[in-house]
Amino acid sequence: MKDLTFQTLIAVFEEIFGRGLFWAMVVVAAVVTLAYLYVLIRDRAVSWRKFLWAQLSMPVGAVLAVWFVMAMTHSAPSDIGGAIDVIVFLGVAAMGAIGMAILVYTVQSLVKPPKAVTES
Amino acid sequence: MHSPNSPAVNRRGFLGLAASATALAATSGEARAASVKTSAKIVIIGAGAGGTALANRLVERLEGAQITLIDPRKNHLYQPGLTLVAAGLKPADYVVSETTDWLPKGVTLIQEKAAVIDPVAKTVSTEGGQTLSYDFLVVAPGLILDHDAIEGFSLDMVGQNGIGALYAGPDYAAKTWQAASKFIEEGGHGVFTRPGTEMKCAGAPLKHTFLIDDRLRRAGNRGKAEITYGAHDGALFGVPIVSEKVRMLFLDREIAPVYQHTVKSIDAGAKRVTFNIAEGTEEMDYDYIHLIPPQRAPEVIRQSGLSWADKWTDQGWVECDMATLQHLRYPDIWALGDVAGVPKGKTAASVKWQVPVVEDQIVSAIAGTTPTETYGGYTSCPMITKIGRAMLVEFDYNNNLLPSFPGIIPPLEELWISWLMKEVALKATYNAMLRGKA
Repeated sequence: MKDLTFQTLIAVFEEIFGRGLFWAMVVVAAVVTLAYLYVLIRDRAVSWRKFLWAQLSMPVGAVLAVWFVMAMTHSAPSDIGGAIDVIVFLGVAAMGAIGMAILVYTVQSLVKPPKAVTES
Repeated sequence: MHSPNSPAVNRRGFLGLAASATALAATSGEARAASVKTSAKIVIIGAGAGGTALANRLVERLEGAQITLIDPRKNHLYQPGLTLVAAGLKPADYVVSETTDWLPKGVTLIQEKAAVIDPVAKTVSTEGGQTLSYDFLVVAPGLILDHDAIEGFSLDMVGQNGIGALYAGPDYAAKTWQAASKFIEEGGHGVFTRPGTEMKCAGAPLKHTFLIDDRLRRAGNRGKAEITYGAHDGALFGVPIVSEKVRMLFLDREIAPVYQHTVKSIDAGAKRVTFNIAEGTEEMDYDYIHLIPPQRAPEVIRQSGLSWADKWTDQGWVECDMATLQHLRYPDIWALGDVAGVPKGKTAASVKWQVPVVEDQIVSAIAGTTPTETYGGYTSCPMITKIGRAMLVEFDYNNNLLPSFPGIIPPLEELWISWLMKEVALKATYNAMLRGKA
C-alpha cells in the first residue's frame, strides 16, 4: 500500500459491506451513541442494574460481530494464521461487545426511564 | 435536579455537535498541489487502470492541458477480481464497470482503437481515421492475450469439457468456475498451466491452483483428485524466496509441480494436452485444465517501432527506461502498465506505483523542472493459498521483498488479514487509485 488516507479507508469499508449497508451501519452506530449520551445526561447517573444487563450482553455482541465479519468475507476462525490475525479477531470481538453493551444499556434506559424524582 | 426542558436542549445540542463534526470531516480534505498552466496536448492510449489513474492525476496538476484518451473498450475490468470469480467467490459483474465511470471532467475519450503511432511526426491515428497530434504521449493499452497461439483451443470451449481460462474476461472466468465445479465434484486430474511469455499477475495461475485445491478439500473430494502445476521455467514464481515458499506449500497440499512445461496444444475431445518441454513434447491427460495464453504487446505498439529490438522480440513490449518509464528513443513517449518493457510490474499494484512517476515526468517536462520520482519495480501479489488465507507478497526489480507492514504482516506467512486485504480492501484501494486518490 502506498498511502492509507481517511478517504481510502471509507472507500474500503464501503467496498466491504456495500455502500448502502455501510452508511446505514454508520447512521445506526451514530444514533445509538447519541442516544446513549442522551440517556446518560438525562438521567445524570449510571444505573448499575441496567449496566449489569449490558455487561451480560457483551459476549453475545462479540460473537455476533465475529460471525458477521466472517460471513461477509468468506472466512472461518480456522483461517487465523498469525499474531496479527488474532489481534484483528479480538478487535472485532471487542468492538462487537462494546457496541452491544451500549445498545442494550441505551434501549433499557429509553424503554424504562428512571422514575422522576418529583418534588412537591 | 434538572429542568424539564433539559432533555430537548441536550438533544438539540448533540445533534448540533454531530452536524458540526460531519461538516468538519467533510471540509478537512487534502491540500492540493499548485497546478501548472499549459496548453500541452497529451494523448493517452488506453483507458484501463494506468490511463485512467494518470488522467485523473494530470487533471489535478495541469491547468489548460488538452488530455485525450483513446480506447475502444466500453467496459472497465477490475482484473484482480477475476481469480475470485473463477473460484465461485464473486459474480462476474463484480469486476465490470464502465470506462466512462472513472474519467474526470475536461478530458476527451475517443472510443476507437489506436491504429498507427508516428513517433517522429508525433501523431496517433485511430481506426476510424482520426489523426491527433501530441506533445506528450503515454502508451497504456494493456496487452493482448494470444489465445490462437494454443493449437486446438478457442475461447468458445471455455466452461465445457473441463476447460478453464480465467484471464479471458469476466464471463470466461465465470465459465471457468463452471468447468472447475464439475472437477471439484467428480475429481480426476487437474492440470494448471502458465505461458512462457511475460504475463500479467504471475501469481494468478498459482492462486487458481490453490483455490481449486481448497474447494476440493471443502467438498471432501481431494482424495479423488490429482493436481499438476506446469511451470514455464525452473521455478514456481519469479522471486526465488517466494518460489521456495510456494514449493513448500505445494508439497503440503500435494500439488505436483512439473517444470519447463508450456502448453503447445490441446485436444479438447480427448481431454489431452501437449506440452513443449526441454526434450521435445509431452502429452498429459486431464479432466480439468486451466489455460493462460501467451501475452504480447498490441499490434499498434509493435508496428509503430516502439518495441525493444533485442529483448522480448516475440512479445514486443515498449522499449523504456526501467526507472522513469520514458521511451529510450522518443523522449516524448512514456509506457505505463502491462505494455512497458520492464522486467516486472504487470499488475494493478505496479500501475499504482508507476502512475505518479509518469505524472511527475510529464508535469516536470511542462514546468521545466527536474523530475524526482522513480519506479523501482514494485509489484504486489496477495497470493491466495486457500479461501480465507493469503500471503501479502510485495517485491521489486531486484527480487527484494518490500513488506508494507514489516513486523506486523509477514510476507511469507499465510494470514487471514492478507486474505481480507485481497478479498475486500483491494478493490476499494484500486478504485481510489483509478480516481487518482491513492
